[in-house]
Amino acid sequence: MPRMASIITVSGLTKSYASGFQALKGVDLEIEEGEIFALLGPNGAGKTTMISIICGNVRATGGSVTVAGHDIVRDYRGSRSAIGLVPQELHTDAFERVIDTVTFSRGLFGKPRNDAYIEKILRDLSLWDKRHSKILELSGGMKRRVMIAKALSHEPRILFLDEPTAGVDVELRRDMWKLIGELRQTGVTIILTTHYIEEAEEMADRVGVIDKGELILVEEKTALMKKLGKKSLTVVLAEPLAAVPPELAEWQVALKADGHEIEYLFDTQAERTGVSSLLRKLGDLGIGYKDLNTQQSSLEDIFVSLVHQEKAA
Amino acid sequence: MSGFNYRAIWSIYRFELHRFRRTLLTGLLVPVITTSLYFVVFGGAIGSRMTQIDGIAYAAFIVPGLIMMSMFTESIFNASFGIYMPKFTGTIYELLSAPVSAAETIIAYVGAAATKSLIVGTIIFLTAHLFVDLPVAHPLAMIGFMLLIAISFCLFGFILGIWAQSFEQLQVIPMLIVMPMTFLGGAFYSIHMLAEPWRTITLFNPIVYLISGFRWTFFGRGDVGIELSLLFVAGMLVLCLAIIGWMFRTGYRIKK
Repeated sequence: MPRMASIITVSGLTKSYASGFQALKGVDLEIEEGEIFALLGPNGAGKTTMISIICGNVRATGGSVTVAGHDIVRDYRGSRSAIGLVPQELHTDAFERVIDTVTFSRGLFGKPRNDAYIEKILRDLSLWDKRHSKILELSGGMKRRVMIAKALSHEPRILFLDEPTAGVDVELRRDMWKLIGELRQTGVTIILTTHYIEEAEEMADRVGVIDKGELILVEEKTALMKKLGKKSLTVVLAEPLAAVPPELAEWQVALKADGHEIEYLFDTQAERTGVSSLLRKLGDLGIGYKDLNTQQSSLEDIFVSLVHQEKAA
Repeated sequence: MSGFNYRAIWSIYRFELHRFRRTLLTGLLVPVITTSLYFVVFGGAIGSRMTQIDGIAYAAFIVPGLIMMSMFTESIFNASFGIYMPKFTGTIYELLSAPVSAAETIIAYVGAAATKSLIVGTIIFLTAHLFVDLPVAHPLAMIGFMLLIAISFCLFGFILGIWAQSFEQLQVIPMLIVMPMTFLGGAFYSIHMLAEPWRTITLFNPIVYLISGFRWTFFGRGDVGIELSLLFVAGMLVLCLAIIGWMFRTGYRIKK
């Protein structure tokens, strides 16, 4: 598959703190221009550390990063100009007005004043009516929008969203997803971290899984789900069973719904999924069934199994 | 983008001055009231019983010390607060992720704090005229001296703001070190009025040289030579810049 141009190249990135804690243990990653990349991992996995290094808030211990062709240390002006960052915590100047803080951000990034553009951002984020409000008067969701507006104020090519929907209610989360989708239409590359799998599943083109400072895997989301996805087959029985017949031991089926259903987990990638042989066996045993359904496992299941494997290894 | 990010400097400078404007009334009223109180107490009550110092009326003699004292406090307070607050609220993430160099950051924050400090110094200078006849022997030198003092103490305040990890630490240096040193540094008396060994001991206090230098710009003479005073101001500037340079190189208490 032809790869698109990389906009961010991370190579051999490490970070150790004075305490000896290794937050990143040699991460390599390419982000393609225009994609939505979800960095997934449990709390403390190194997601925020990695973003903070790329954006300039934390110093790397080793390795290098280039952003839009600019080394983040030697040519930090070039790399930082290309990036808009929305951190996880709501850090705002409580007493400032919305429009002032967004205008300030644009100036901080060295861009000439452009009232029309600021107005457009604020309108897109439904903040225009609140532009003269002090930030402390806004709700949490609105504050997060202000932070996004600040990050977009200097027309970045890349937008980092660190846990954009952490602690946000369901409705706002949907809004946020819609917004991110719209941003992508404008050609902005989006990197988001999350520990909500649902979020990555909903939006991302590619998913990277990070755990204990190591990037365990990077994959197209659909390929990932196909590759690692397990399916479950639920057989709704005509008559409930008291126990799993020993003849079915080979399939390791589980009895569900008070013996009314049996569930069989199978790997879609396996040469023989075992589905037809199981159904034949049920027929041989004279176990009748009324319905069948299969279900694709979610990213969450994939993720849990990945992290689990990692721990076992 | 490359080159000097002057727009960032201007943005931070405006932001900081806007912060000062929010507390404009107290910010400007406090120095006026404080100055007036000093004149009533020292100039009026005590000064009336005192003879002249080096041929200068006591009420006039204390003006340079008074201006210096307020400017020290204002500079340290404003500059330390300016950089401490983003650290405290977390908004510093934006500064760190912006294409802004260490030099630009310092020019913006120190420039804004120094501006306010100069405004306060000027107000005290003008208020003093209401109480005493105040000659200024070297007006240009006076302005230059105020400028240098504002910049050096704002740099010092900036260092303090980066160093401090709590509001208490932010207060401790100005209250426990700078304030006593100013009082003992000849703000309200000539060090020649002290007996030995105190006079010699006092000469180890750098503040003596700063106040003396500023007094020279008013009356053409100070406790120590003007050359020595300028040397101390320059020394303080260089020292502060060196410390700040080191802080930015190592990321001290700003960047993990």
